[in-house]
This record gives sequence, C-alpha cells and structure tokens, in this order.
Amino acid sequence: MALSGIEIYKHLPKTNCKKCGFPTCLAFAMKVSQKAIAITACTDLSETARAALEAASRPPIRLITIGGDSRKVEVGNEVVMFRHEKTFYHPPGLMIKLKDTAPLEATLKTVDEVANLVIDRVGLKLSLDGFAIQNESKDAATFARCVEAVKAKADLPLVLMSPDPAAMEAALEKSARSRPLIYAATKDNWEKMAELAKKHSCPLVASEPASLDELAALTQKLNQAGVEDLVLDPGPQGFSSSLNTLTQLRRLALKKSFRPLGYPIITFPAETTGSPEEEVLLAGQQIAKYAGIIVLSRFSPATAYPLLTMRLNMYTDPQKPIQMSPGIYPIGAPKPSSPLCVTTNFSLTYFSVATELEASGFPSWLLVCDTEGLSVLTAWAAGKFDAEKIAKSVKAFNVEASISHRSIIIPGRVAVLRGELEEELQGWKIMVGPPEAMEIGSYLKRYWTN
Amino acid sequence: MPVEIPVEKWAGKVNEVKLGGNGRKSIVIGGETTLPFLKIDGAMPHRPAIAVEVDDVMPADWSPHLIAAWGDALEDPAVWAKKAAEYGADIIALTLDSAHPERGNTGAAEAKKTVEKVLAAVDLPVIIIGPDVAEKDNEVLIAASSVGRGQRLALGNCVDKNYRSVAAACIADGHVAIAKTPIDINLAKQLNILICDIGLAPDAILMDPTTGGLGYGIEYTYSVMERLRLAALIGDKMTSMPMICNVGEESWRQKEARATSGVPATWGDHQERALAWEGITAVSLLNSGADIVVLQHPRTIALIKDAISKLMA
Ligand code: SF4
Repeated sequence: MALSGIEIYKHLPKTNCKKCGFPTCLAFAMKVSQKAIAITACTDLSETARAALEAASRPPIRLITIGGDSRKVEVGNEVVMFRHEKTFYHPPGLMIKLKDTAPLEATLKTVDEVANLVIDRVGLKLSLDGFAIQNESKDAATFARCVEAVKAKADLPLVLMSPDPAAMEAALEKSARSRPLIYAATKDNWEKMAELAKKHSCPLVASEPASLDELAALTQKLNQAGVEDLVLDPGPQGFSSSLNTLTQLRRLALKKSFRPLGYPIITFPAETTGSPEEEVLLAGQQIAKYAGIIVLSRFSPATAYPLLTMRLNMYTDPQKPIQMSPGIYPIGAPKPSSPLCVTTNFSLTYFSVATELEASGFPSWLLVCDTEGLSVLTAWAAGKFDAEKIAKSVKAFNVEASISHRSIIIPGRVAVLRGELEEELQGWKIMVGPPEAMEIGSYLKRYWTN
Repeated sequence: MPVEIPVEKWAGKVNEVKLGGNGRKSIVIGGETTLPFLKIDGAMPHRPAIAVEVDDVMPADWSPHLIAAWGDALEDPAVWAKKAAEYGADIIALTLDSAHPERGNTGAAEAKKTVEKVLAAVDLPVIIIGPDVAEKDNEVLIAASSVGRGQRLALGNCVDKNYRSVAAACIADGHVAIAKTPIDINLAKQLNILICDIGLAPDAILMDPTTGGLGYGIEYTYSVMERLRLAALIGDKMTSMPMICNVGEESWRQKEARATSGVPATWGDHQERALAWEGITAVSLLNSGADIVVLQHPRTIALIKDAISKLMA
C-alpha cells in the first residue's frame, strides 16, 4: 500500500544533507509518498531502511505474471473489495483445461480454436487467455510431449498441472521460457516444486485445501525457500465456500495486510459443479468475486462469450465508462431509406438505444457523437452534445452517403436543440424522438413513414 | 500460524417483506444482516426467491428457445402460471402487457379478469407488473389491486410519475409496491422516502434498481445494488428495502440471446449462449443483493434454484 510521507520519513537518515535535491528529509519523504520521486534518490539510505520501506510499500496482493513476451496474463494487485470503491484492475485469466491423455490431434484442434477465438465487442477484442494442461497420464514424457505440442501450436500462457516434480521438470524443460504457472506445491512436494520454480523463474501455486491456516503456513515455507511469485489454491470451492473463502482471502490481504495470503487465487469451478451449465454460473460468480485465474473444464464459444463479457463488464473502471467510438452504426440491416437516430457515445446510452432499435423491427442507422462518454442529458449540460456537434458528426461520418432521406431523430431529452439543428443542417427534417429509449419502438411505429 | 479472519459487524438490517398469505402460500424475503450469502458476517434468514414472468398476451418477439420451452402455455396466462409453478417458481410475475397502447390497449376490465384467472390458477404469491406506461400502469394496477385485496400482491412499477396512486392502492388493499428507479442510488432512496411519506409502510416496499443485462450495463446495476445494500447494512432505513431484478427480460431481449441468424460464428451455439446469458446475469445480481430475480426460461429456473440452495448452504 502507499505509505504516508511521515511513515517514509521515519526510515530516512534525517540528516537533511540535501543530496537528494530537497532541502529536508521530510520534504523528500513527502515527494516520495506522492510518487514524484523514487526512494533510491536518497543517497544515504541504509540497506535495512530500504528493505523495510520496500516491504511496507509492496502491494497487498502481489502482481503475478504468467506467460511470455508474446502473450501474458497479469493478475493480482487489487486494492478494493467493491468495484465502486475504485476499480478492479487485473481481469482474471480464463484458461481452458487440457489433459495429456486425450488424443493429441483433438487437443491441438481445441488449442487452435481457443487461440483463434476473438470476439468483437464495443470495438474491443475479447479472447481467452491460455491453457491448463493436466498430467492425467502420470507419465513425465507424455506430459512433456503434450506441453511441447500445445506450445508449438499456440504460444499462450500455460498452467502446468502435475503433483509429480519429475513430470513438472520434464514439462518445464519444454516451456519454461514462457513462464508457465506451476500447479502445484503441496505440503508433500513443496521443497521440490519450490526448487523448480526458482530454477525456471516461474510462478508457483500453493495448494492446501485443509484450511487457510495451513495454506498460510505453506506460502511462508515457500517464501523462505525463496519463491515470491505465488498463486493460492484454497481447494475445491462451491458457490458458497467460493464466495466466503475468496472474500476472506481478499479481506485478509487488503484489511489486515496479511502477507502470507496476499496473492491471487486460482479456481476450478468444474470441480464442485455437476454440469457444464452450472460450471459457467460459478465461473461467472468467481469473475465478480475475487478469482485471479479461472480454469474451465471445457471449451465452448457459447459460454466463453458471456464469461468474457462478464469479465469486461466487472473490470470496467466505474470512473471511466466504456465509450463507443463515434461513427454511424447500422442496427439490423438498414437500407438507405431506414430511420436515422442520433445519440451520444456513452456505452450504456448506446446500448439502450441500439437494443430498442434492434427490438423495434425497424432496421436503422444510429449516429454516435463523441461526447467523451457522457450520457445525453449530462453531455448536453456540459456543452458536449449540441446542434453544432450533431451537424459536425453528420458531415464527419458522411451520413448523407448512407441514407437517401434527410430526416434525423434526436433524443427527446434534448428537444431544445431542434431549432438550432434546423439552422445547422439546412434542408433536413429534425424529428424529436421520445425521452426514454424504451419508447423508441412505439415512436417509430407512430411517426416513421418512408 | 492461526489466521484471524476480519469480520464486519453491521448495524443495519434489510427489511423483511411478506408476499402472499390469506389463503395463498406466503413467502418472506429480505432480513439480511450481511452482504449476500456472506455468512461469516451475519445472517441471511430467507433465501432469495425466483419469480417467473407470465404475460397476459403472447409475447411478440421472443427468442424461439423461450417459445419452444413454454409452448402453448404462452397463449393463456393461467396455464402459463401453472406451468411456471411446476417448474419451480416461488412467485408468479404477471405482466399486463396487453394494456400497452401499442399491444392491445386493454383496460381495467380486462386486467381484472386476467388477474382473477391467474390468482385462481396458482396458490403462489403474485407480482403484477403494468405495461410500463405510467397512466396505463395506474389504470391496470389499481384494478389488480382491488381484485387481489388482502392477498399481499406486489404491484409495479411504482415510479416517480405514478407513485402516489400505486402507493395509495397498496395502502388500501394491503399490497407491496415495487419502487423502480433508473440505476441510481439517490433516486432509489428518494422514491422510497416519497412513498413512505404517503404512508406506505417500509416493509411494504421492494426496490427495482433497473436491471442492465450482461453486456448491457450489468456493471452499473451490480454496483448500484452493492452500494444500496452497503448503505442498508450501515443503517440507512431508506435503502433497506429488498431488491427485485428483472433478469429474464433484460437477458433474453438482447441480440446475444434472441438473434437466430446473422451473428458471428464465434458466438457458438445459440441456446447454450442464451441460457448462459440469463444465468450469469442472475447469479451476478444475486451476489450483489437481489432478493427476487424474475426469470424467463425453465432451465434457468432450475439452475438458479439450485445455485441459490448452494449459496445458502
Ligand atoms: S539525501 Fe536522504 S538524507 Fe539527504 S536530505 Fe535527502 S532524504 Fe535526507
């Protein structure tokens, strides 16, 4: 967590020697707390003071990176319990489980499909993150071969799953450069797994289903063995225990700064659910409630899409709503004679209007103006959605080329813009739409005639 | 080393609201002294309820998967309600859509008949929702109110434009008002205050914070609900009403659940996607404080019922 100036000051030499460029140690400490300068600028800082400061300023939940340079997942480093308090920063990795006993051809087909799944939403490209490969065969060579083949097919982040350090070693030989997550160190094998994690500089899962006490004891042993990059596996979690345990873990990290459990969490929703449909629901809950890596037991684009959407929604910064890129959007399959509506680029406004147009049975054109992500009334009040802006957008996006008529429907909330807009858009008919998106369908039925 | 779990102790409590009774089955929702399903902090004495939407007219533009699942029942609200009860509904959410000026413009007389029929067909608690046009809502809700007198229905939507008459009907006939506001914590609180000022008891109010479906604003609803619930737990009486979310409609009306053609291949199997859309929306909003979720697909009813049991375990 960020340290206050006073807390930093306590660790400084207090000689006011000015070598850092500040008149006093206190002035320097204040700047450090504002992150305006690095603590290393103090030339006289003792080694112990530096270590103490570093430890104290470490994030409460460690940021863990899985994967190589081409594609990686970063999880952890969350700072709040509720997204409205600030935001959730690092979306959980969604990984598809593969077993090394499955026919390689089928596995590689899935790998190919997962790697090529790109869903376009609000101009963003949504994809799954990688694979968790399980050493179901219990054979080191089979495991290594499978890992190598998957990696050759698609270089996505991996979780390597085997309780056997020898099999893990064999698989790491083939993949360590892309920093897979090692699953897992348990109370039985932790020494060997810790060695592997250090040797290959890979993050390591600490797995202990017995209790959080024992999980904390395990992470401390791993820390002492020199492994810092950890992910927690508190054991199989159903709907209730997932919510309660993961909440406890986040609270311990954020409210108690409890280092031994200050790591992201890996979950396997299929382990406690009876059907693929139920697995998806639990995965959805875990996106909202505190999972860092979610391993799905199967790949299906039909469930990947809603989960990716859920992740996008939950990890949207509440202070910076998703904005649509301004432009002219076809809703349904509009013709040049179809209605033209105009709205702002606040994503929720766009979606409300687009959904209603979609449902209205009138394929339409929707002109989206750049209002810096503000909704209709707020944008109007802020002077970012006026007649001039609408007229400019009509020109900028060459609306006249898409449509054969010259009628534009403005939101009912900004009916006042009609007069001015008639001035700006000579020869156009300005129609005042309903104040609520919900009424668009009935409005079009009543007033739209070609 | 023993790990000391931080526990939050809350001073506030969500109101307990009863629906039904007087010959009907009754149900109590609310009463939480903790965040949803978080048993480490406090109690959640009543499980969230599943209401199933039943419309008084055949839905015009429903997904073929919903139509296939309900079949002929869609043509008769009484048959539909019975089937919903068989599928596991705790509550029937009867929507008087035919009163909408564009969808039949029926009035008080038809509303009375429909409500009578549905009340006779099932013994579950019933929610009555108007067509979402304030004047028509008044007309049909007041008619429904007198038919269901004493059976503690929930009447919605009670919004800033019509709250006086809906609340007055609730007071006169012993019903519960569903106070609906557009995804805003202050507006929600404000409407509760106005309704209470008229004289409706706080335990006769449900809040509908307006549901954004998955991909269509769910994050706003989710966070507004978390904030409303946190405010209630801190002790704000005017945000302590249980919450109801219209999950089914807001999921199934989206292109992802409805469109049968012209969608990218990357979207995968239609039915599987649509069910996941409704299911994830429901689970998320249950986790942010929904006490009633209104659902549409029979499969979702079963899945969410099971998920609620597991969350309560
Ligand atoms: S260099 Fe260090 S000791 Fe010298 S004034 Fe700056 S903070 Fe103080």
